[in-house]
Parts: sequence; C-alpha cells; structure tokens
Amino acid sequence: MARSNNLHSVAAIFDTPNKIIKAAEKVRDEGYNKFDVNTPYPLHGMDKAMGLSSSKVGFVTLFCGLFGGSFILLFMWWTLAKNYQLFIGGKPFFALPAFIPITFEITVLIGAVSTFIALIAVFFKLPFNNHPLHDTDYMKTVSVDKYGIYITTEDPKFDKEKIISLFKSLGAVSTDLIYLPKQEKFSMFNLKFVLFLIFVAAGTSGSTYLLLNKLMYITPFDWMEFQEKYTPQETSLFFGDRRSMRTPVDGTVAKGFIPYPYKGIANPTEVLSNPTIPTEDLLKMGKKKYLTFCSPCHGNFAEGDSRLNGQFPNGPTLHSDKIIKYSDGMLYHIITNGQNAMPAYDLQITRHERWAIVDYIRVLQRAKNAKNSDLVEIKKESTTNGQ
Amino acid sequence: MANNDSGYIKKVLPSKIGKIGLILFIIGAVTGLYGYIFDPSRAVFSYLTSFWFLLSIAVGSLLLVAIEYAASATWSTPFRRMSEFLASSIPLLIILVIPLLLSIQYLFVWSHTDVVANDHMLQAKSVFLNTPFFSVRVIVILLIWSLFYYLIIRNSRQQDNSGDQALTKNNIKLSIIFIPLFAISLTLQSIDWIMSLETKWFSTMFGVYLFAGATCSALAALAFISVLLKEKGYFHPKITKDHFYSLGTLMFVFICFWGYIAFSQYMLIWYGNLPEETFWFMQRWEGGWKFVSLFIIFGHFIVPFATLLSHPSKTNLKKLKFISIWILAMHFIDLYWLIMPSMHGNGLHYSFSWMDISFLAASVGIIIFMFNKMFERYNLIPVKDPKLQRGLDFHL
Repeated sequence: MARSNNLHSVAAIFDTPNKIIKAAEKVRDEGYNKFDVNTPYPLHGMDKAMGLSSSKVGFVTLFCGLFGGSFILLFMWWTLAKNYQLFIGGKPFFALPAFIPITFEITVLIGAVSTFIALIAVFFKLPFNNHPLHDTDYMKTVSVDKYGIYITTEDPKFDKEKIISLFKSLGAVSTDLIYLPKQEKFSMFNLKFVLFLIFVAAGTSGSTYLLLNKLMYITPFDWMEFQEKYTPQETSLFFGDRRSMRTPVDGTVAKGFIPYPYKGIANPTEVLSNPTIPTEDLLKMGKKKYLTFCSPCHGNFAEGDSRLNGQFPNGPTLHSDKIIKYSDGMLYHIITNGQNAMPAYDLQITRHERWAIVDYIRVLQRAKNAKNSDLVEIKKESTTNGQ
Repeated sequence: MANNDSGYIKKVLPSKIGKIGLILFIIGAVTGLYGYIFDPSRAVFSYLTSFWFLLSIAVGSLLLVAIEYAASATWSTPFRRMSEFLASSIPLLIILVIPLLLSIQYLFVWSHTDVVANDHMLQAKSVFLNTPFFSVRVIVILLIWSLFYYLIIRNSRQQDNSGDQALTKNNIKLSIIFIPLFAISLTLQSIDWIMSLETKWFSTMFGVYLFAGATCSALAALAFISVLLKEKGYFHPKITKDHFYSLGTLMFVFICFWGYIAFSQYMLIWYGNLPEETFWFMQRWEGGWKFVSLFIIFGHFIVPFATLLSHPSKTNLKKLKFISIWILAMHFIDLYWLIMPSMHGNGLHYSFSWMDISFLAASVGIIIFMFNKMFERYNLIPVKDPKLQRGLDFHL
C-alpha cells in the first residue's frame, strides 16, 4: 500500500513475552497513553501492564443477550400461545420448559453476534474499515512470532527520537516508523462501496428471481409444467367439433349402475321391497351414513331437531305416525328422489348405503317407542348368549 | 516453622478450630445415636443425607486434585493442598458406611423379600439390587476411592520433602486413571444410594446430576476455606485476586453445568410425560416440597449465577465467601430434596426431624476436624511442586 510522509506511530518489536510486558509497563509509567501492544496470542498480565481498565464490551453482550432471550420468549408466546394456538403433545400452549432451550440458544447467539459486531465497530471505528497498521511489515511480524508495541503521534508526549531510544533501552529487536497510507480513511459509505453493495443486492435478488420464475419454465426444466395431454375444457385441434372431452355413445351405462325405475315420480303407487338383512355391520354403516348425510336436518336421533338452528328449513321428525307407517321402499324412494325441500341423495349415497340408512331409521324408530316387552326380549337374548 | 524458597511460612491454626470440629462431631454423633436407637427408620434417612454431603465434598475434592494434575493447571497449584485436606475423609467413609449397610432394610424397598416376591419389576431388578451385591459394590467403590486418595496424596506429600519431579508425572498417570473410574463409580453410587430409594424410577442423567452437585460443593468448600485463610493471613501472600477470579470462574462454570443437567433431566421427563418417570417429580411437587423444588431452582442456580456473573464479583472475597457457603447449604438442601420424598417406600411419611440437623453437624464436624488435623501435619502449599512458582506468579 502506498504510504504518505505523515507519521502514524513509532513501533518496536520484542522477542519474548516478559520483555513486552516490561516494555508496556515502562511506556505506561513514562506517561504515554496513546499506545497499543500487538501479540500473536493473549498474554496474561498485559491488561495490568498497560494500565487498562476492565473491558466494557461485556455490557454489550449482557444487554443484547438479554434482549435476544426476552424477544424470542415473547415471540414464542405470541405465535404459539396467543395468535395461533397449537396443541402439541398435550402440553400447555405456553410450555415454558420446551421454550427454555430455544431462549438459551437465542440468548447466546444474539449475545455472541452482537459482541462480534461491537468489537469490529470499536476496532475499525465503523463506518471506516481500514486501520493504518494494516498491511505493514510490523503487523506481519507481530501476528506470527514476535511481540510489538507502538506509540502514535496522537500522544501528547510524542517525540520520535525519545521514543526510539526508550524502546532500544528496553531491549527492542528493531524499531520501525509507520507512516499513514496515502488515503487515510476508507469510509464504508464511499461511492464505490455503496455501488458494490447495490450490485450484490441486485445480483442476488435478480438471480433468485430468474431461477425461480424463468429457469423453471425453460426447456428441459418445464417437462412437468407442460405435459402432452388435454386439460378440461381445452380446445381440441384433432376432433371436428373442437371438443377435447368426448361424449359417450347413446345408451352407455356406467359399470355396476342399476337404474331406479321410479325416479322423478312424486307419489309412487308401488315401491321396491327392502333387499337387505339388518346385520350389525350394516346398521353400523347405516348409522355412519345417517349421521353424515341425514342428521344435519333430521337430528342425531331423527327427532327433527336440526342443528342448523333454523338457518335452513327444518327437516321433519321421522317418528311421526305417517313416517313409521311408510314402507321401507317408500323411505328409500324419498332418499333417492328427494321430497319437498329435501334434495335427491342418489348421487351422494350408494344404493346399498341408502338401504342401510333405511334400516337404521327403523332402529331409531324402534328405540324411540320401546316397550316393556322389549326388556323381556333383551333378557332372553342375554341368557342365550350366556352373559 | 520451616521457611523455604517458595516464600511460604507455615503457621498453625488456632487450637479452637479443632475443638469446634470435635465438639460438633460429638454433639451430632451422640444425638444421632440417640435418634437411631429410638427411631431407626427415620434416622437412616438423615444419616444417608449427611453421609452423601460428606461423600460429595470429599470425593469431589479428590476429583479436583486429579483434574489439577491431569490438566497440568498452574493457577490452582497453590490451592491443591486444601482440596487434598478436604478429601482426607474418604478413608473414613468406609467406617461411616457400616451403619448404613446394617440398616439397608430401613432404606430400600428392594431389600424386603416379601415385597419383591409379589412384584415382577422388583424381581427383574433383583439381579442388580440385592443386599450382598449392593454391599460389595459399595465397599469396593469406597476402597477404590481410598486407594487413589492414598496414592495421589502420598506422592504429593513426598514431593514436599524430596522435590522429585517424577512424582508429578506419576500423579498425572494416576489422575488420568482415576477420572474415568470416578465417573463410573460415582454414577453407580448415586444409583445405588439415592435412585434405588425409589426403586421403580430411573433417569440416565442421575449420576451426572450428582457429579455436578458434588463438584459444585467441593469447589465451594475450597473457595470458602481459601478465602477464610487468605483473610486471616494463613495463605501464601502471593495469592492475588486473579487466583480467586479463576476459582470463582470454575465455580460459576459448575453452577451452569449443574443448572444445565438439572434442567435437561427435568425437561426430558416432562416432555416424555411417561407415568413411570414423571411420578418422581410429582412427589417433589406435592405440598411443601413444591416450595423446596422452587427454592432449589433459585438457590442452586439463579442466585449463584447472578452473583458470580460479573468480573468484579468473582474477585470480591466477601461475595465469594458468602456464595460458597450458600452453595454448600444449597447442595445439602438438594440432597435432602433427592432423598427425603422417597421415604414413603417403607410406609413412612416425611416430617422434619431434629436428626437431620444432628447428622449434618456431625459431618461438618468431621470435615473441620480432619482439615485441622491435616493442616497441623502438612504444608498448606505444595512447597516443592514444579508448577508452584508459575502458579504463584499467575496473572490474568
């Protein structure tokens, strides 16, 4: 680096730790206060020899660490216990023991990073990012195997010749005059640096944009995006009617489909007879389907107590005499065809399931109108089952 | 007495110190014996707590000596003798354990054959937890500790006369063998004496927890005695605040370590939420134990942490003295908290007893008495240790 004729400091190099500590003590005793020592590793007793008070950087660590810890604790409280409560493993929303490791980590992280930034800020005197000692032979020596001390011209007692003779009397291996660089300070906010930052920001965001929004749609990376197929409602260039979705041939019937002969008849004179045997499994399925499709309007026990609370026309109770007297086929017809406000359910519920619902409705009706004689039946069953 | 090249002048402690120790021991032992005769099942629990208090300080001190050698630490060399003095009650533990071994039936459910016969889990555990194997294990471990105490301390004392540097090398080898042995043996002892009180409970961190507590208490005892001797002028004049800063830092480190281990043990059990593990903490959250648990969190971790955090407080001898006594007290409360709630195993219900105090007094009496005896006989500083000069010249 080009150096000017302005003197920055007088430096000396020593070759043992004891000598440098003695030198620092002597320089301090002589009344110099703008001096510093550079050693390749920390030396015990140097703080005292230089007359330094204890470092204040610990307070930066303490306050930033405490800030980080309390911030993350507040953050976890807000996200997990306040704003969007998540139930995790039966633990309370504000599960402090689970948060402590994270709080600890963030405290250490923020404390350490802020200490690092604070040290750089103090050492470089941010926003400047250069030090006059940087890139000198003196610095190259003392960062390897020698111990150096320098006194800057800012010191009120600075006298070049006196200092050189002082260092020599202390047993310095060599003394050195360090001149300031031609350009003394490099601000972080000079044009070059700011342009560099803008270039990096633009480069990073631009390349990210290109990667995520352009590169993925360039052949051959687009092979999942564009497939050799027609999507619904797309125009066909192959068929004459330009429809990519073809209509089936007249009279086509879906596999397993059995047409319902009384579809669309409001009051049929004849209906189907129930083809099912009400086994336990069938009734269980009927209950499940009933609770899914019927109970919102007719109520869980078919009492017409809709849980929609009048937002929708209430379904009637299924325990009325009229409905009890309906044949199974008639109930099946109503489910399949719909009645009054009730829509047809033949598209949502399969044939077998509709019959199961009919059986289940019969169970509900029977349970609602239980008689004393039923108890006798139950007792009979339990004795035959040996219970 | 002898004035030597390290600048250390041997002085004798006032004779009342030994008497205080002896009187404390006699009062504690007599009242303890009285309690044992009238209520043996309650007395053994008090005895166990105080036995562990003595054990953790003694063995923890031997560990500090071993670490000092193994790490070739220099700042702690002037302090090493005090840890050696504190460890001098290790051979006594072999005698002191006999009353406990004779009253195993009052302590452990697994020693009752009729209970074990009706409990599948206890039967499965009886391979390890049975009275003969237990007694052998305990005695063997105490013998191993005593052996290492004898070997390491003998070398250290011989060096005071001969100044032979090979003795330091021997001790480094012994220490390197002792440290892993200590880890295994203290874990076994903690499982045997404290974890098996609650026979069906288990925690893999338990040994580490007691190791952390033992090291904290050994360091606290060392700090307390060294500050006291420094204040009264018995210690080497070249011992500066930098030495006490290092001692305070080590204490701070082990307080953090204790907190880390205690929390890890709690958090894993809390998160796992398995009934076979959580009941141990539930017992310690019932009734008055809740306040003891909270007090341990604050007293054993937060108070010493906050006190020792800043640089000046570690060099402030008064603060160091206060916090070391505090940590010793907290270690006793911690042991009390580990042992006492498990008393229900034999159909007992916990209630505070004066016997807790009398056995504690006896164990503190033993520590003081032994320290005084050693102090009379040997140098407080290893005067011909090759590391001593660097240790005395230590600066931050």
